[in-house]
Amino acid sequence: MTIDPTPVAPVAPPVDVSPSGRRPAPTSTSSRATRILGALSLAGIVALAVFGLAITPPDAQLGETIRILYMHVPTVSAAYVAFIVTAVGSVLYLWKRSEFWDLLAASSAEVGVLFFALTIFNGMLWGKITWGVFWRWEPRLTTTTVLFLTYLGYLAVRRIPTSVRTRATVSAVIGILAVVNIPITHKAVDWWRGLHQEKTIFGTVDPEMQGTQLFTAYLGLTVFLLLFAWLVIHRFRLAWLTERAEERSLDDAIAARRAEGVEEVAP
Amino acid sequence: MIRDVLLVARKDLRLEWRSRVGVGQVLPFALLCVLLFAFALDVDRGVLQEATSGLFWVVVLFATVLVVQRAFAIEADDGVLDALRLSGLAPSAVYLGKVVAITVELLALEVVLWLAVAVLYDTTLRGWGLLAATVVLATLGAAAAGATYGVVGLRLRGAETLLPLLLLPLLAPVLIGATSASDVALGRSAGPGWPWAAMLGIFSGVYLLLGSVLFRPLMEDP
Repeated sequence: MTIDPTPVAPVAPPVDVSPSGRRPAPTSTSSRATRILGALSLAGIVALAVFGLAITPPDAQLGETIRILYMHVPTVSAAYVAFIVTAVGSVLYLWKRSEFWDLLAASSAEVGVLFFALTIFNGMLWGKITWGVFWRWEPRLTTTTVLFLTYLGYLAVRRIPTSVRTRATVSAVIGILAVVNIPITHKAVDWWRGLHQEKTIFGTVDPEMQGTQLFTAYLGLTVFLLLFAWLVIHRFRLAWLTERAEERSLDDAIAARRAEGVEEVAP
Repeated sequence: MIRDVLLVARKDLRLEWRSRVGVGQVLPFALLCVLLFAFALDVDRGVLQEATSGLFWVVVLFATVLVVQRAFAIEADDGVLDALRLSGLAPSAVYLGKVVAITVELLALEVVLWLAVAVLYDTTLRGWGLLAATVVLATLGAAAAGATYGVVGLRLRGAETLLPLLLLPLLAPVLIGATSASDVALGRSAGPGWPWAAMLGIFSGVYLLLGSVLFRPLMEDP
């Protein structure tokens, strides 16, 4: 064994050495890509507010209430995208059995529920102005509420303490059953309200929207899809880190107990 | 396959026959609901007659939650689930057997319940063909979705209170379809009733298929 004569610079001790010797976890869920995505979505929201509230003219039929639609349509669209992502993640989890798909499905469902809550809220605001009451059994709003409750159930299942694998399997099954229910609920509620056609949020939008109105509608859709992607990526990374933190605290606890045993045995 | 399905269904029905949980607990609860609705809604203004089908199907959904819970509670103790796993029965056969047993129990309950609402809510039962089709298809759909969620409750300790939240939003289309079809059958509303029955049939078919496929990971996962 040869001894290297050159003096070695003292290595700075790791900031956070856990008993199991693991490296410290990242302290943030952001990366260069998500910072750009976040800046784009925030700038987009500002632009949407300016276009939706100030630049676009009031609608010929809907008047000023069309401004709510610039947010309502994007939130509901993003929510449906979210639940499709959840369903795809659920199917792929059952097939591949990888943590990635499970956590992606979970993160996407959480953001989807948030967007559904926003949709119901701004739908009710629209209702208050148009119908004079916050709630009527308008088919789209009713369907959204039923599905909102369905996915609250999905999130509640994920909060039940159990093994990671059981939780992933059970929630994957629920994610699949819930998405299949979306078209069935849509159809059923439509038929249910079929005899009571009234002014609906989507039914009255002028199909020949053009100019700044059309631009704002597409801007809203783009912005909220960007926002959705941004939130899901962060939520996914947070979920991933939570899993790592749980594993690590278990490893640390085992290592600490082992160290205690060594101390006792040592003379 | 069919032999296995019937085997599981017969086992469940025999357990029910001996323990009488459905007859002794779920059925009285359902009848209690019929009374409670009368207290909650004015009995003298004809609200009950008007709402008979809707109230009937709400009670059936509540009963479904209880029957499903019971159907899987009997598998929870003494490692019965493991025994079932080791029995060599296909998971889909176990699932379909459960669905058959739950459907039979609920159908028996519904017959008594129809008689109860006919008497207590002063409703004349008619439109027998449509009514029978609605009852069978809606019950099958509720059992098909219910059996899938029942095993979820079995896998997750402490999820028993979650079953209504999971199951009832999923059964919203069944409630809508069954109520509308029954209204037509009973002459409470005009319009075609058979499309509703067809919707119930599609619902049942979809969830029977999904349940048969998804029961395997639910049951076999360690």
